[in-house]
Amino acid sequence: MTELAATDPLPKPKRDLAPILLPIALALVVIPLIGSTSSWLTLTAASLAMGMMIFIMASGLTLVFGLMDVLNFGHGAFIAVGAYVATLVLAPFAASMQADSLWMNLAVLAPAALLSMAVSGALGLVVERVLILPVYGQHLKQILMTTGGLIVAEQALYALWGPQIIPLPLPASLRGSFIIGDVAIAKYRVLATLIGLAVFIAIQLVLNRSKLGLLIRAGVENREMVEALGYRIRRLFLGVFMTGSALAGLGGVMWALYREQVHASMSDDLTVLIFIVVIIGGLGSIGGCFIGAILVAMVANYGGFLVPKLALVSNILLMVAILMWRPRGLYAVTSR
Amino acid sequence: MTDLLTLSGVHTHIGRYHILQGIDLVVPQGQTTMLLGRNGAGKTTTLRTIMGLWQASRGEIVLAGERIEGRATPDIARRGVGYVPESMAVFSDLTVKENLVLAARDGPLDDTQLDWIFGFFPALRRFWLSRAGSLSGGQKQMLSIARAIIEPRKLLLIDEPTKGLAPAIVMALIECLKEIKRKGATILLVEQNFFAARELGDSVLIMDNGTIVHRGAMAELAADVPLQERLLGLSLEAHQ
Repeated sequence: MTELAATDPLPKPKRDLAPILLPIALALVVIPLIGSTSSWLTLTAASLAMGMMIFIMASGLTLVFGLMDVLNFGHGAFIAVGAYVATLVLAPFAASMQADSLWMNLAVLAPAALLSMAVSGALGLVVERVLILPVYGQHLKQILMTTGGLIVAEQALYALWGPQIIPLPLPASLRGSFIIGDVAIAKYRVLATLIGLAVFIAIQLVLNRSKLGLLIRAGVENREMVEALGYRIRRLFLGVFMTGSALAGLGGVMWALYREQVHASMSDDLTVLIFIVVIIGGLGSIGGCFIGAILVAMVANYGGFLVPKLALVSNILLMVAILMWRPRGLYAVTSR
Repeated sequence: MTDLLTLSGVHTHIGRYHILQGIDLVVPQGQTTMLLGRNGAGKTTTLRTIMGLWQASRGEIVLAGERIEGRATPDIARRGVGYVPESMAVFSDLTVKENLVLAARDGPLDDTQLDWIFGFFPALRRFWLSRAGSLSGGQKQMLSIARAIIEPRKLLLIDEPTKGLAPAIVMALIECLKEIKRKGATILLVEQNFFAARELGDSVLIMDNGTIVHRGAMAELAADVPLQERLLGLSLEAHQ
């Protein structure tokens, strides 16, 4: 073992930029394949918006995975519940939603999103206490319990709201596109991208600038040692789980507005994408999750445009390729 | 002299394996008690059981007059037990400073305590803002010990701190642990390095097959070569 004396300079840790460069490289590589700059810009903007929404939904799940090694297959329930709560809140305010004033639209939309987060977060508390607490450390039972929980949640939504698709129209001021030259970028996609970036920055600030963040990062790496320092990691985990559930609720509202509809099984397809993002990002890595979400969205959008028949399997192929390159994901945090 | 820690008839099962088979030991206040034994004797399991990382299936563990078996690890840590695991377990993604900020549970870092630690671990001051993952093995061990002593602890459980380290680093660690002893710390120290054990130990416990097979003064064991060979299969002299 090579030892360093106190006076030796430490080797500078290498900044691992390869994963950051990957989406940039992918975006550049597809330019000649797409042919039209305006189509490329529209697809790239769509990818960023979709990626940010997936990131919001997946960020909590990756910390839950990384921190407590819990496989939560029921994460999609928080997405659907968040979206349904938004329809409840927004229904009486349809006039305000369709008013031609951005502020009036946001005055309704923001409280709806916050309430959706609160309800999803509270549901997260119940799920953690009732379904997950009894099966810590037992992966198979976690899968069974959380999958069962997802089925129960979906059926409860069917029972309460019926099987029909509920429309959730975008507010008037977020309809349409910004036209720059011959490029059209949907206004809502810009808003979704900004919200996603804000969530990413907020999570990074908490993780890197607060003692709570230090505890979460340390817990993801070695939860046993965090406990040996005197911290109750189960409480920390509960907080992370509730926050992740609340973010999934927010993502559900944003996705429902993006699709302008809500239905009980809306999270089924999303859950697959979210798990792919969490796995290729590296369990417990917020940075990896962020890049993974953008990559997944890019592959879905570019792939859907270039080779529509491949769209169904494109993200699975992406996951295979990334795991062959980095078997523990883009940024490996845990040793699991 | 009072006993800070007492284990009476402690058994620990890990899965279907019966690792600790009725451990009885005492750790006197203000002393360094060495826990020696061959690989697989149960030394690490003993420390982990005291720390609550593995639960005792039977027996009593008493710390400062209070029973702690069955308590969760954070509760035991909050009763003043510091733990330095064999793997060091520094948080490699965090800086040296962040590792110590986390270890200082009860408030901000105490400058006097930090200066005391920097006195025998100057590397930690130098690499204060470096990621712990980029430190050498010896420096990680220093950080791991610093984390355990950044706040006053009643009892330190230290698992093989010299394992895999270069001789110069081992000597520095021994000096550091002597300094910690001089400040009145109570230490239960698992060690395979007999030289370190002789330098640091006041009393000694020897384990074999999950039980304590010898207890006495370290100086007596150090002077009794036949006893060392009988209990440990090796003599201290052969390890210098």
